[in-house]
Amino acid sequence: MDAKDFIPVIQLCEQYSVEVSFFHELHEVGLIEIRPIENTPSLHQDALNSIEKIIRIHRELHVNPEGIDVVINLLEKVDHLKNELLKAHNRLRRYEDDF
Amino acid sequence: MTFIDYYKILGLSKNATKEDIKKAYRKLARKYHPDVNPGDAEAEKKFKEINEANEVLSNPENRAKYDTYGKDWKHAEEFEKAKQQQQQYQRASQQTGYGGYSDEDFSEFFSSMFGGGARRGRGGNVQFRGQDFNAELDLSLEDVYRSHKRTLTVNGKNIRLTIPAGVRNGQVIKIKKHGGEGISGGPRGDLNIKFSIINRTKFKRDENNLYTTVDLDLYTALLGGEVVVDTFDGKVKLKVKPETQNGTQVKLKGKGFPVYKKEGHFGDLFVTYQIKMPTKLSEKEKKLYEELAKLR
Repeated sequence: MDAKDFIPVIQLCEQYSVEVSFFHELHEVGLIEIRPIENTPSLHQDALNSIEKIIRIHRELHVNPEGIDVVINLLEKVDHLKNELLKAHNRLRRYEDDF
Repeated sequence: MTFIDYYKILGLSKNATKEDIKKAYRKLARKYHPDVNPGDAEAEKKFKEINEANEVLSNPENRAKYDTYGKDWKHAEEFEKAKQQQQQYQRASQQTGYGGYSDEDFSEFFSSMFGGGARRGRGGNVQFRGQDFNAELDLSLEDVYRSHKRTLTVNGKNIRLTIPAGVRNGQVIKIKKHGGEGISGGPRGDLNIKFSIINRTKFKRDENNLYTTVDLDLYTALLGGEVVVDTFDGKVKLKVKPETQNGTQVKLKGKGFPVYKKEGHFGDLFVTYQIKMPTKLSEKEKKLYEELAKLR
């Protein structure tokens, strides 16, 4: 774990114009993991993509953190199903010319 | 430039209230938002349309202007030109993916009526990642048998990338920070490349395994022998057991397709024997087969 890979939550709040409490709510529902780095609540930089997505869903669709959790879980399921469908589609290609 | 019916886009009548507009927009936004429809270009297009419709209809000033000049936008343009030197801006490159809003998300119609600056700010100077670009690359099965380098042109820029052996049909590879510029100094988006693998070989592929059918003459099938089989990287000689049945499958270990990102690892090749019966038998052959039949 390298401290330079973490961004203080307070800095993210300024960058995205959101309240600190919003990040804590996301942490509470398990959407993000806030860690104390040098006594400062911080987030790993790899979480930035998902944080931006969460902020957009919250701001633009007016969905609360619990709702975002549901949306993200469903999207993961959709993604999994898409991959399964792709695998099945590729498998079917084996037989396409036979009929 | 064609007229856009913003009321129709939101499914509203011209006398819709502010509340109706808000409700219709929110409902459609939840349905078509790119974050809840990843990789769906049609949903993204629809979202841009409803977003634009909302930008116009939820703003009383814009709505009044649209209601007055909407269908006759050319006059509105003239009117506006006379009123103030309106800044024209052009839509830039074809971008897909979603990383937040940008001026490029608005139609020419919107720009001509309201200008780029008419859009209300969303979050002020908030920094957001740039848009993700999506590209599709057609490759042959032979192309993806070996890792190779390729140069792609995306939005006018050449990107040289290594395509790892074993890429699957429909697989998406993300190339970080090769997407659109960030908004307000945010980081660049990513480039997502979807591979479409075209197979014109005699091999069928299932993940890392390959499948092929080999013709076997009756006598080799009955008495055993050898057969030369094509694999993806050359020919191999196979021993055929006596009394081999039609449809028998043999596995050639490690002669299949390369395993993605596992150098030196290969799937298997499955060879199915298809026994070819002799045709155009001579009288002598017929007699011999009749004698053989009597022996059974």
